[in-house]
Amino acid sequence: MKDTQTTVRPVIEAKGLNLVFQTGDGPVHALKDVNLTIGKGEFVSFIGPSGCGKTTFLRCIAALEHPTGGTLTVNGMTPDQARQSRAYGYVFQAAGLYPWRTIAGNVKLPLEIMGFSKADQEARVRKVLELVELSGFAARYPWQLSGGMQQRASIARALAFDADILLMDEPFGALDEIVRDRLNEELLKLWARTQKTIGFVTHSIPEAVYLSTKIVVMSPRPGRITDIIDSPLPRDRPLDIRDSKEFIDIAHRVREGLRAGHGDD
Amino acid sequence: MTRALPVLTVLMLIVALWYAGAVWLNSTWVYDQAQRVGTSVTLAEVIPQTMTQTRPLLPPPHQVAAELWKGVAGQKVTSKRSLVYHGYVTFRGTMMGFALGIVLGVGLAMAIVRYRVMELSVMPWAIISQTIPIVALAPMILTVSNQIGVENREIPKAIIAAYLSFFPVLVSMVKGLRAPDAMQLDLLCTYGASDAQTFRKLRLPASMPYFFASLKVVVAAALIGTIVGELPTGAIEGLGARMLIGSQFGEPLIMWAALFAAAILAGGLILLVGLIERLARARMGAPA
Repeated sequence: MKDTQTTVRPVIEAKGLNLVFQTGDGPVHALKDVNLTIGKGEFVSFIGPSGCGKTTFLRCIAALEHPTGGTLTVNGMTPDQARQSRAYGYVFQAAGLYPWRTIAGNVKLPLEIMGFSKADQEARVRKVLELVELSGFAARYPWQLSGGMQQRASIARALAFDADILLMDEPFGALDEIVRDRLNEELLKLWARTQKTIGFVTHSIPEAVYLSTKIVVMSPRPGRITDIIDSPLPRDRPLDIRDSKEFIDIAHRVREGLRAGHGDD
Repeated sequence: MTRALPVLTVLMLIVALWYAGAVWLNSTWVYDQAQRVGTSVTLAEVIPQTMTQTRPLLPPPHQVAAELWKGVAGQKVTSKRSLVYHGYVTFRGTMMGFALGIVLGVGLAMAIVRYRVMELSVMPWAIISQTIPIVALAPMILTVSNQIGVENREIPKAIIAAYLSFFPVLVSMVKGLRAPDAMQLDLLCTYGASDAQTFRKLRLPASMPYFFASLKVVVAAALIGTIVGELPTGAIEGLGARMLIGSQFGEPLIMWAALFAAAILAGGLILLVGLIERLARARMGAPA
């Protein structure tokens, strides 16, 4: 019974969300009338050209931006309250590890700030480093790791305090395609194991289709949602699913959505 | 060896030029003496006489070295003639000014980074403060601190040294504390970190390379400030006082020996700061 309840209740819900930035050149409509519901355990990708508001929307969920209209709830709370209750971990495009801390020290950072006990900190660091397969690198410094490993460490850092939601802003955007493929695969495994709800911003169509249960296609000026695609792909996805007809069909629909959004350019 | 060669070449060149200068400047006295007694001297006779004068215009290197050695090893370190004693007095003043300058510089930088109004109100004055010649200001600081009843001579010296040394720390630390980019700050924001936590966990460690870069400049500035503070109003201790005595009593050798003692002290201090920086960098995980 508990299961049905949690699947029904949305984790993230946006209704008529608007965000207008006042700039020197006049107001910029970063988000216009965005309506979206994300359920528990979903993997939702946001895709679109730059300026479409995909990152801005993720930042709104994380209370890094504040909408100028509409409502946005995270776990039934305001984004600010959700932050206080440690509802989400955020992964940025750059790993942003502190060069003066070891990998373990970096993963420990949020735990120190949130005031976890020393013993708990150690245990959690060990657990999440295992989860991203970096156990052997706890005592290394970031410069000793490759870009992909650094980004895995930053994911471990976001997972350390056990938030239900993982928000990822083009986390693999700066990595080469081979590393990116492997990290995508690992991310899916991680998602299956941890049952997190994931919001994932990307500009890569294959990445979005491969990872997501729901793909949100957005377009710019004003930033808005043009299409929401519920993926029919099974949750268990080997890399070669990308050659299947279903995959190609979804990718095609995403591309059409992106093209339609660009029509007025 | 390959690294020492260029350094040695330059050193040899300087010493050679120094000797040439000593011969040129000190020969005037030799010629004057000869003229007075009505004889003439050849250059071969002049040169040895330029090397051993008691009050040369420009003492040659070996005379300075001998005087320096006499000052360091020739007497008990507690003697008023010992350069070790005077060097220690100057070193103590430098360290006090150095510490005071760091506290002041870091404190102001923290306030400026935290409060925008501080940047607008304090920064221009900090810049203006550095345009006033320290030699003009030093006697005033000494007189004022004497007037208000500060008996300890060390304190005005430390203030003068701090006056010179706070500024490089201030400028570097403002830059260093602002080094973290927006993404780093956003990340801490998502953890709900307080300003104090952001400062301690991110801004302060991120500013360390800037801090250490400034320290090498600052330690030299503190030394200069201390020596300037020892020059006026008849100070009797410290390398600055030693230089002044040498100049007032027409004893160039004392002046030059004190000058070189100060240079050696400065070099030692810079090496020390460099060592501390290396240890700190190693502790902060920088590649070797």
